[in-house]
Amino acid sequence: MNTQKEIAEPSYLDYKGRYKGLFSWIFSTDHKRIGLLYLFSILSLFVIGATLGLLMKFELIAPGKTIMGPQAYNAFFTLHGIVMIFAVVIPGLPAVFGNFLLPIMIGAKDVAFPRLNLFSWYLYVTGVTLVIISQFAGEGPPDTGWTFYAPYSFRTTGTMLPAVFGAFVLGFSSILTGLNFLVTIHRMRAPGMTWLKMPLFPWSLYATAWVQLLATPIIGITLLMVVAERTLHIGFFDPSLGGDPLLYQHLFWTYSHPAVYIMILPAMGAISEIITTFSHKTIFGYKFMVVSVLAIAFVGYFVWGHHMFTSGMSGTALYTFSLLTFLVAIPSAIKVFNWISTMHKGSIDLQTPFYWAIAFIFVFMIGGFSGLILGSLAANVHLHNTHFVVAHFHFIVFGGTGFAFFGAMHYWFPKITGKMYDKRWANIGLILFFIGFITLYGPMFYLGFKGMPRRYFDYDEVFHAGNIISTMGSWVLYSGLAIIIINLFSSLKGGAKAPSDPWGGKTLEWTIPSPPPVENFTETPVITKGPYDYK
Amino acid sequence: MTADIHRDDLASKTGMWLFLFTEMLLFGGLFVVYSVYRYRNSQAFHLAAEELSVFIGTINTIILLVSSTTIAMSITAIQKKNKKLALLLIGITILLGLAFLVNKYFEWGSHIREHIYPGSPVLALRGQGDVLFYGLYFFMTGLHALHIIIGLVFIGVIASKIVRNKIDSGNYVLLENSGLYWHLVDLIWIFLFPLFYLIT
Repeated sequence: MNTQKEIAEPSYLDYKGRYKGLFSWIFSTDHKRIGLLYLFSILSLFVIGATLGLLMKFELIAPGKTIMGPQAYNAFFTLHGIVMIFAVVIPGLPAVFGNFLLPIMIGAKDVAFPRLNLFSWYLYVTGVTLVIISQFAGEGPPDTGWTFYAPYSFRTTGTMLPAVFGAFVLGFSSILTGLNFLVTIHRMRAPGMTWLKMPLFPWSLYATAWVQLLATPIIGITLLMVVAERTLHIGFFDPSLGGDPLLYQHLFWTYSHPAVYIMILPAMGAISEIITTFSHKTIFGYKFMVVSVLAIAFVGYFVWGHHMFTSGMSGTALYTFSLLTFLVAIPSAIKVFNWISTMHKGSIDLQTPFYWAIAFIFVFMIGGFSGLILGSLAANVHLHNTHFVVAHFHFIVFGGTGFAFFGAMHYWFPKITGKMYDKRWANIGLILFFIGFITLYGPMFYLGFKGMPRRYFDYDEVFHAGNIISTMGSWVLYSGLAIIIINLFSSLKGGAKAPSDPWGGKTLEWTIPSPPPVENFTETPVITKGPYDYK
Repeated sequence: MTADIHRDDLASKTGMWLFLFTEMLLFGGLFVVYSVYRYRNSQAFHLAAEELSVFIGTINTIILLVSSTTIAMSITAIQKKNKKLALLLIGITILLGLAFLVNKYFEWGSHIREHIYPGSPVLALRGQGDVLFYGLYFFMTGLHALHIIIGLVFIGVIASKIVRNKIDSGNYVLLENSGLYWHLVDLIWIFLFPLFYLIT
């Protein structure tokens, strides 16, 4: 049946539209092509960001100046942060896999606003371009860190305006993607797909989209205020003009903490899909999974203060934020528990995406628990602004979202490209990546606990051993990353043809050919069963 | 590249409403900043607010309220297939929007002639409360004026679509959306007006 359809309907990769070559991509409003546009932009920026990280780790291989001085180091971690947070991790899963798979997984032909979707990608490219301009224009690159903390962000001579405005534009792109997904999920689900028959990846995108929509405007206006502060000297956050720098921190984290959930929720959704498929078993506690995703998104709005425990807040505020921080761990723990329970008595098929999912759970747990340590007030006073924090958020953001991103990539690669990849090399890459990751970030917990501060190019002799291990880890991690990317790219040419359902998945994307036809479904599917119907 | 054209008016309107949420939050951030500084500098904010012209502010409020009415009426006119009346009402809306901007221009101009603008040395001498009040005043009314301009462009595009019969009694969701946007711009002014002009 499938072969007939493939002949009748060209895949989205072969489709001949109005434009040819590059234009058939950058003028395409097909959600699948836009997903791939995002994939290539994000992967390129990820490699740039990772290279910056690699060089920073090399600087830290020994005390004193190795390859860069303090100013260069500040510029490096600023660019690394801006690129990785705003241009890679926040759009990562929603813009790439969300775009490609959300319409297919809910049985739709496209997102609700295809042209707006393409416009979001143009905004994304504009934002990235502005950030790149900030590196080469004016009196030197920005050196504030990705947080643009006031008052330094309008006192430094670095080129702040394009960087700050670039982050604003990237935020706008993220808002429009979220808006698009919300309307898509509300209006375009296939007949019979009730809310509780929707797979968990779309559910996680739904929760994420609300966060994107409701939190991002706050950083938008905050960044605009910084721009106004620098150009017009208005005094919003400048103490010498009566402004309050703490107010900046509040506004900044009001967005930037929920932003962590923009990063991690779709990752959890993708992991849920992978674990169900490779356990060949219905997800354990589907409704709990849905509720916990929504709960994380909701409670996540009220914990921003835990970034500011040492900045100066009332005692009541400290206790409240600390308590709420602990509360947000509960739904995350429910998810981990349900993933493990899904595997229990399942018939597990050990494939690369499943290994990624297990690795995800491992690093996510470490990241989560270290988050609880940071969320307790007394420990936070000691650990704030040390490498412990760096280790914690890399375990969550890179370990969580990054691992889920590569897991999703190996899971949906056959669907997206129509090719299988070399599983052996994929596994070797994963093992190196995992070992490198633990070696790189593991010692940072210890270093931070011992008091090594973050954001310095130099450190005391006593921290030398840990830093050597950490730097060597960065080399292993980077080589693992190289193997993974090379393997996937070489599979594009040499890989075997992928069947429509290589893993035995049950969600809608596995019912259509790989790669999908332009219109996704020849006939609109009618949903009668739950999303994970394993008998 | 999708081959068949899919149209869903409710989806367009939902999208517009969601976008309006983001606009409200955008200004919401500024309202938070305003409240914090008003609380800390209540005396200075009180005195500075008395210097603003309540007369021009009131005129501008009336202008925006009337323009919201006219754009709402133009939707009814389109529904009743009265293209001419709809265009007339939209024309009035645009003129009222421009009148608002002209008033704003003269208002800003009179402040700037008195050397009251962000970064002005004269303003700095008057103390931090005044610096913050006028900083917020220029930033918030400026951002609002920017929204008026975007709204006018949006409505202008809609008008040209009505002329070319791209929008008619069977397909007017774009006009409704531009109306929604215009009402939001109006609504934000309804909050800005008392915050800067009336609470003295």
